[in-house]
Amino acid sequence: MAAATPEDSSSTHVEKKSKQKLSKRYWEESKNPEQKSKPEEEPSKPEEEPSKPEEEPSKDVQIQNAATVKERSFKRKKGESDQPVKEDPFPGQAPIPTERLQKFRRGEKHKTPAGAGRKLKEAIVFSESVSELAQKQAARYDLLLPEDAGFLEGDDGEDTSTISQDDIADAVDITSGSKYFNLDLSQFGPYRLDYSRNGRHLLLGGRRGHVACIDWQSKELMCEMNVMETVNDVKWLHTEAMFAVAQKKWLYIYDSKGVELHCVKKFNDVLKMQFLPYHFLLATASATGFLQYLDVSVGKEVAGIGTKLGRLDVMAQNPYNAVVHLGHANGTVSLWSPNQREPLVKMLCHRGAVRSLTVDKTGMHMVTSGLDRKLKVYDIRAFKPLHSCFLPAGASCLSLSQKGLLSAATGDVVQVYKNACGSSTLSKPYMAHRLRGQVCGLAYCPFEDVLGIGHDQGFTSMIVPGAGEPNFDALDTNPYRSFKQRQEWEVKALLEKVQPELIGLDPGQLGKVDRASFEQRHKERVEALGFDPLAKEKFKPIKKKKGRSSAGSVEKRKRKVAHEDQRDVIRQSVQEKMQRQKEVEEKSKEKRELGMKTTLDRFRK
Amino acid sequence: MAKSSSLQKTTLSKGVKVTFTVAADEEELPSDDDDEEAISASEDEEGSDDERKHNKLLEAISSLGGRKRKKQSERSEASVQVSEFAVNAEGTGEKVNLSDLLGTVEKNSGTSNKTKKQLRNLQNSKETLELPLNKQQTEKIQRGIAYEKTAQEVSCWNPIIVQNRKAEQVVFPLKQEPLGPRRVEQVVAGWKVQTPLEQEIFRLLHNNSQPVVDPVLTPVEEASLKAMSLEEAKIRRAELQKARALQSYYEAKAKREKKIKSKKYHRVQKKARRKEFLKQFEDMCKTNPEVALEELKKMEMSRMTERMSLKHQNKGKWAKSKAIMAKYDESARKAMQEQLQMNKDLTQKMVVLSDDEHESKDEESETVPDFVNDPEPIIDSVNPWMKGRLTREQPEVRCVTPEEAEAAVEDNTEEELLGEFERKRRLRQADEEGSTPAEEKEHASEVVVEENEDVVEISDNEENDDKEEEEEEEEEVDVSEFNSLFKLMRSEKTQEGQEEDGEGLLDEGPIRVQNMEDLEVLGEVFEPQPTVAPSRPQTAVAEAASAPTKKRNMEIDLREVLTKEAKVINVPFFPTVVEDEHDEQISIIKEAFAGDDVISDFMKDKRKQEAAARPKVVDLTLPGWGEWGGVGLKPSRWKRRRFRVKMAPPPPRQDQKLPDVIISEKRNASLAPHQVSHLPFPFENTAQFESCIRTPIGPTWNTQNVVKKMTKPKVVTTMGAIIEPMVKEDFIKSRTTTPAAKGPAIMFSGDKGARRGAKRPSERNQRRSQKRRK
Repeated sequence: MAAATPEDSSSTHVEKKSKQKLSKRYWEESKNPEQKSKPEEEPSKPEEEPSKPEEEPSKDVQIQNAATVKERSFKRKKGESDQPVKEDPFPGQAPIPTERLQKFRRGEKHKTPAGAGRKLKEAIVFSESVSELAQKQAARYDLLLPEDAGFLEGDDGEDTSTISQDDIADAVDITSGSKYFNLDLSQFGPYRLDYSRNGRHLLLGGRRGHVACIDWQSKELMCEMNVMETVNDVKWLHTEAMFAVAQKKWLYIYDSKGVELHCVKKFNDVLKMQFLPYHFLLATASATGFLQYLDVSVGKEVAGIGTKLGRLDVMAQNPYNAVVHLGHANGTVSLWSPNQREPLVKMLCHRGAVRSLTVDKTGMHMVTSGLDRKLKVYDIRAFKPLHSCFLPAGASCLSLSQKGLLSAATGDVVQVYKNACGSSTLSKPYMAHRLRGQVCGLAYCPFEDVLGIGHDQGFTSMIVPGAGEPNFDALDTNPYRSFKQRQEWEVKALLEKVQPELIGLDPGQLGKVDRASFEQRHKERVEALGFDPLAKEKFKPIKKKKGRSSAGSVEKRKRKVAHEDQRDVIRQSVQEKMQRQKEVEEKSKEKRELGMKTTLDRFRK
Repeated sequence: MAKSSSLQKTTLSKGVKVTFTVAADEEELPSDDDDEEAISASEDEEGSDDERKHNKLLEAISSLGGRKRKKQSERSEASVQVSEFAVNAEGTGEKVNLSDLLGTVEKNSGTSNKTKKQLRNLQNSKETLELPLNKQQTEKIQRGIAYEKTAQEVSCWNPIIVQNRKAEQVVFPLKQEPLGPRRVEQVVAGWKVQTPLEQEIFRLLHNNSQPVVDPVLTPVEEASLKAMSLEEAKIRRAELQKARALQSYYEAKAKREKKIKSKKYHRVQKKARRKEFLKQFEDMCKTNPEVALEELKKMEMSRMTERMSLKHQNKGKWAKSKAIMAKYDESARKAMQEQLQMNKDLTQKMVVLSDDEHESKDEESETVPDFVNDPEPIIDSVNPWMKGRLTREQPEVRCVTPEEAEAAVEDNTEEELLGEFERKRRLRQADEEGSTPAEEKEHASEVVVEENEDVVEISDNEENDDKEEEEEEEEEVDVSEFNSLFKLMRSEKTQEGQEEDGEGLLDEGPIRVQNMEDLEVLGEVFEPQPTVAPSRPQTAVAEAASAPTKKRNMEIDLREVLTKEAKVINVPFFPTVVEDEHDEQISIIKEAFAGDDVISDFMKDKRKQEAAARPKVVDLTLPGWGEWGGVGLKPSRWKRRRFRVKMAPPPPRQDQKLPDVIISEKRNASLAPHQVSHLPFPFENTAQFESCIRTPIGPTWNTQNVVKKMTKPKVVTTMGAIIEPMVKEDFIKSRTTTPAAKGPAIMFSGDKGARRGAKRPSERNQRRSQKRRK
């Protein structure tokens, strides 16, 4: 492109060298975004490129000749130089590549029906135009997300899984290298961990009561304590100012200084927790088989569901629709929403108990591992297994990164697989790392190429190139946000909180028309209210005085009213019957008339 | 004779004229006036014949003796105009025949041939003239015409209304004028020279070539205009202070006066006020008729309220007590009288003096419908009475429509006939098609073993009463079938032996254990076994049912789902020898889940769910009706079949083809209140509506500009601005004449322009207020 420009400019103005140079710079500046937008075309068509810009200006000049003759003559009169007016070689807005447009497409375009009324036509046309504009603008602004993820590349014949973490840490820059570290915490047993939503803060919970939260990038300890009880699970709430700890008996909530804020005694024997960030719900699975939802914005229990499926120690959430997945000892995985007392879906995944499961960010795939030592990848939109593989040791922990890297802990080894959710089956790990103890917790750090591993002997932060999403939405989860920004975000997020009623398998259900019949809706209403608001009130005889309210007379009155009601009913039914009969008769009459007519009757006038 | 005919004509016309004027002025003018007017008119016309008058006078004098009054009014000679008071009804009995009149016409050469012809025709025709329409009908017609007219008048707003409705955004007030003084060019742009004086002035200005482009009012001047000088501000402040002080004085005075309890004082005050008001009102009538009119309206209002209420009518408690006293007490009587007088005064109707010509004209135009003044198409040129009628054409129209309707109906009947035939034919076809599968089904239910495309379920069999038993049986059948499948697989595996493990279903590692019996077998998995060894007592039953059940499972191949090929992965840190471990794995698995039976449990669960979702068959049989009943006796088969109500089958389950998945069919009722339950107006189907709301509008999913565009309010109002109703002139005329109005570039000195600019809005306001009053 850059090579083409001098030719092009020389063709338009020949005489003046200085001007030419200036124009060249102008060219290049104007073309740069264009180049970026079409990265694929450039290498493929090197010959075509120079011809194309030549054509365009010439055309433009022609057009301009017709249009701006007057303008030029006017300028000449004023005594300016008679050099032709420069034209934009790429008039209009830059074209958007179709793939990118496709990325932001929302549903099918709806055509206006043929016999539509004016208002309908207007409504459809307007909505279509607006959605198209939205799509185009979004695609145009996608240019502002230039970061891309890269992966570890081995030399010829070298297996990337054999590259050790030390080597990687040595090879990369210091900042990235510092992201590989070990915390030696052998005293308080296997560790569970959780990263905050923006990936800045790390929460560690040792089984023997050690709880610590760390700003892991600066290695700054925020708080550390021992709760003097078994810790089953730890979870950050909506911000890094609060976290929940599932202890031996109850659920506790602490702030980032380690001060106990709440002890929620409604939630007992919690084994696993998940936090649904947009609903402000803390979902807990207990040893007694209860799945409970705590709304942390108002501190209320939204739903408590007795699953009747035994001890619940395998749990994951689907970030796409906020449905909670539970793994059970009988090899099934059940999907739950707080609105339904029974599982939305129950699927048989393994022959043995489910050991671990995880769902990817887009809500398309679910990965499970069971006691039968298999690792299965499911398409959870169709509820069909994509592929399964056999891990000799079986995976005890699973985790999917934002970019779709799957990590599986088999004993004291953590393996990372690329393309786990792709069409091809898993063949060999992309990376592997051996730890000093059994792995207990596994989590990818959001927006970082880091995998956190909690194990018997402490915590290990492992570098996994290509794991994290390189572009973050600063209005949603900003890793670099300030205190003030966090406060503002919190208010905004609370305002935009999604109600728990909207959780369901299809998050787009809200945008659809409810087609249930009136009867059904009425039935649901009655169920919700506990009584029928449209039901006729039962007759209650008035209490009369002076002995007129004797049992006999009351009964008589009641019977009178009942009799009247019955008469009404009968009258109505008789009327209906008559009407029906009439209709039938009319129909039969019509038929008879039609039957009497012959084909030749149509010619009769 | 000729004179007499003309005379008649004139009198006729005169009569008409008089009645019209009366009708017009009935409301305001006393009727005496127009009588006078008529008389004076007649006098003017026949000013010449003084003699006749003189004679009349003489006769009058002579007849003062008073015997024959009638005689004097007798018509003695023809005159151009005769006073209607002079006409008597002498010849009432006799009718004037047309021939009597025609004779004179024939003789007279002055009359045109046309009239003669018409008259002759009239003579020949035997028809009597039609009566003029009655009042109701004429009024109806008038109303119709008036409606049409107003509809046409109002219809000029249509394009504006449509435009405003279509507009994405409407900003109110519609005409937004920038605040502050404007430059002369801006003011003048839309202004036209109208009066000759103005034209003169502008011609002069043009000739002297006053400045055109440069603003007459420079920005500095504007700024100075905006700012107020110190003195001015001081003066203004002083004025305000004074006004405030005055107001406070006035308020204090009013308060003081209000506290005075003397009735007499108040009465006097009131009287004085009334007098003053009346005086003011009279003045106002002369100077400011609009305000006076408003006052008048107020008075009218008070009159109305007075008429409505029972006040001052001696109906109250006090009045009654006074009435008793009235006989003896003078003052009581007086008080009552006063009350009545008050009532009379208040209810008296106001007589408006119509001094304003414009208003009277306006009123006239209001009272008389517009079409009266319009030239109307005369249907019957001869008869002036028939002018008001418009019904001549209507019956014809009515005549036409039934014919058309009949024709249309006939067409319809033909089409219907054809459609009916088509429908019948289709029905017949459908019957033929539909009957065969049904028959097949019946057939199939009887003969289970036969191969059929349809899926046959044993539970469908109606005759079986012991349903639950059957279900259990079925489960067992399924389980056993599963076992047999496994055995089959195993046997296959053994056959393949150590062959390459690549494709095929059998190279997967662990094998599910079904029950204790299988557990025993597990040890010898890899040993060859006879295919499908019946190891249970129920297997006979299972085999019997195996053919159809297998059929069913052909669609949903369980094998494929649950024992899907699993690839073994070598892990770098784990030197694994998979083949060696198989035995170990199996033993571990054997230990781990010796007890449970995962697959059959799941299948049972699924079947239970399916059964729960299926609508129940309602059994309405009453044992003992029409036959013997009692312990051990079942109602007859015929009866059971007759009284069993079968429900429509539910829609196919979502998990119909997914054997290892149970999808709940329950509706999410909690979401329903948030959903749209009725399709909103312009949309015809849900797809349209859903596609219209498919794009989110929040800032999370869109760029800022798009969000702004999507959430643009339909109506925008400026805070504090008065939203005036649309004025016709501003919109309708401007739409039609905008290009013309832009033309004149007129220039004149600055202060003049400013004045003009200041004047124009006030003019418009006046026009507006007038319009509103109308």
